[in-house]
Amino acid sequence: MSAAETLTSAVKANAPPAISLERVNKWFGSLHVLRDVNLSVAHGERVVVCGPSGSGKSTLIRCINRLEEHQEGRITVDGIELSDDLKALDAIRREVGMVFQSFNLFPHLTILENCTLAPIWVRKMPKKEAEALAMEYLTRVRIPEQANKYPGQLSGGQQQRVAIARALCMQPKIMLFDEPTSALDPEMIKEVLDTMVMLADTGMTMICVTHEMGFARQVADRVVFMDRGEIVEQGVPETIFNNPQTERLKLFLSQILRGH
Amino acid sequence: MSDVPADPRYARQAPRRPLRLSWSDERVRNIVWQALVVGGVLAVFYWLYRNTSYNLEVRRIATGFGFLEREAGLPIAESLIEYDPSMTYFRALLVGVLNTLKVAIVGIVLATILGTLLGIARLSRNWLLARIAGAYVELVRDLPLLLQLLFWYALLQALPGPRQALNPVEGVFLSNRGLKLPFFRWEDAHSWAMIAFVLGVVGTFLYRRWARARQMQDGQPRAVWPIGAALMGALPLAVWWALGAPFQPDIPFLRGFNFQGGLTVSPEFFALLLGLTLYTAGFIAEIVRAGILAVNQGQWEAAQALGLPRGRVMSLVVLPQALRVIIPPMTSQFLNITKNSSLAVAIGYQDIVSIANTTLNQTGQAIEGIAIIMLVYLTISLSISLFMNWYNARIALVER
Repeated sequence: MSAAETLTSAVKANAPPAISLERVNKWFGSLHVLRDVNLSVAHGERVVVCGPSGSGKSTLIRCINRLEEHQEGRITVDGIELSDDLKALDAIRREVGMVFQSFNLFPHLTILENCTLAPIWVRKMPKKEAEALAMEYLTRVRIPEQANKYPGQLSGGQQQRVAIARALCMQPKIMLFDEPTSALDPEMIKEVLDTMVMLADTGMTMICVTHEMGFARQVADRVVFMDRGEIVEQGVPETIFNNPQTERLKLFLSQILRGH
Repeated sequence: MSDVPADPRYARQAPRRPLRLSWSDERVRNIVWQALVVGGVLAVFYWLYRNTSYNLEVRRIATGFGFLEREAGLPIAESLIEYDPSMTYFRALLVGVLNTLKVAIVGIVLATILGTLLGIARLSRNWLLARIAGAYVELVRDLPLLLQLLFWYALLQALPGPRQALNPVEGVFLSNRGLKLPFFRWEDAHSWAMIAFVLGVVGTFLYRRWARARQMQDGQPRAVWPIGAALMGALPLAVWWALGAPFQPDIPFLRGFNFQGGLTVSPEFFALLLGLTLYTAGFIAEIVRAGILAVNQGQWEAAQALGLPRGRVMSLVVLPQALRVIIPPMTSQFLNITKNSSLAVAIGYQDIVSIANTTLNQTGQAIEGIAIIMLVYLTISLSISLFMNWYNARIALVER
């Protein structure tokens, strides 16, 4: 099934979207960082968000699990609207996994403990069960042998794969990636991207902020281009990369292609 | 690993570098400098020893600790154990050690609590709270402790006499004789209830461990506080009740020029405790603040993104990491409270320094007196250090 077909079939089935943003606005002080953002992501859809730095793409996905608070508009995740209701927020965060640019593993816990912390304390899972689950995901990201080491003893690529496994241990319906490869050496980028491709193949709903255009071409159903806090253009990867409509996207593509 | 035959080319130790006898060899320099330093220290001690024994001989002063068995004849205002001036110097010094420990331990507990609250308050999003905490820290850190002690003592001395004592609540009197609190006649039943309480604390701790272990098996978290309340609250009450529930209130009242009955907190102890606690809390507040700030914001975000509630983020992720930064400088502050309690001398609280001073004045055994003071502080300080270092090592971070 092609990306375009996935989109239309989701619309046809009239299934409620996994994530929907309606006229979302956000300011940092007087800086208007998100301007009237509308975005709807269907279940199983893979969206790549790109754009120059400072365009608000990280802020956008951080609003989805309320690491940042939006000030105007509606954000609905899996049918639950984000509001000041802490119960609703906890419910959303249980279903949404996140991977950060700087890994953010817990340095005082072993790899295994990093992965079992949330299942034990949030999902109320017995330790044995949580450890079995963690080992399953660590095997899937191909580092089960590191389970009893500490994050400081692992390479950057390994740490990021642990971070992915840690998020997956909560068995989320949606995964958010905030520039997961930007802090990595070139040879480690590939191992993390491979893990993400593998995850995309399982049908996980994903939003990735990334500059890895190869990854976008390979897995994305849709690419969203943001600039100065607004969504400028979106569409299937071929259209976005081969036939950009706006000057801003043309400029951005020429800059990142020159960089490669 | 071990069943793979080792490649003989790589199965060898790092070679030992032979020592080159030259001043440009780093190891030679290290050895020479260390030898010089150790030799110098030994020479100084030898000189001190020779000088002292020579001077003692010239002045015909007998050394030794025999004086400890003699009658002290020195009055002590407050004591945790039974004491009167007809007892020995040893007993008097013991009273001093206990007085030092009393103010140090209570001070450490109070300063830690107050300092932690202040440190968190200084990070609060509430503007007023953060500023007040900040102003407090600056004020107490910038004024000498001795000045602060004299201030509190003068303030307590400036209170009215017993006849005009402040009486904020029925049975509580604040005067220049100190703080008088209502209490009750202590009987055996109270001691047993106290023992029951201590057992309750131990029991609660054990229950918490058990609950945590059970949770790891079946996933169900168990609230510790109901069992804790039962063991630490209901159990001592039940013991007290079973032993006849004795309760004879002992409320202070004015008779003549002073109060009778009740519990007394002397102005000297009160001023010293107040000064030490308020002063050290300022430093502890900064240590706690630094510790929490040292934990990367990303740790909060990662833990919250996993769905952990704020309280759990603090207890499972942030505090364990902040403690590593907090513990070593906190140890120094605990040592500082203990050692600064010797400023008690300035306001007439009879701690070990005060009593040892009087002792050496009365007996002329200056070296023994100073040695005893040093021994006491070394013992207390090394105990604190050992405990805190053990705790620090237990929670140390594995980096590589």
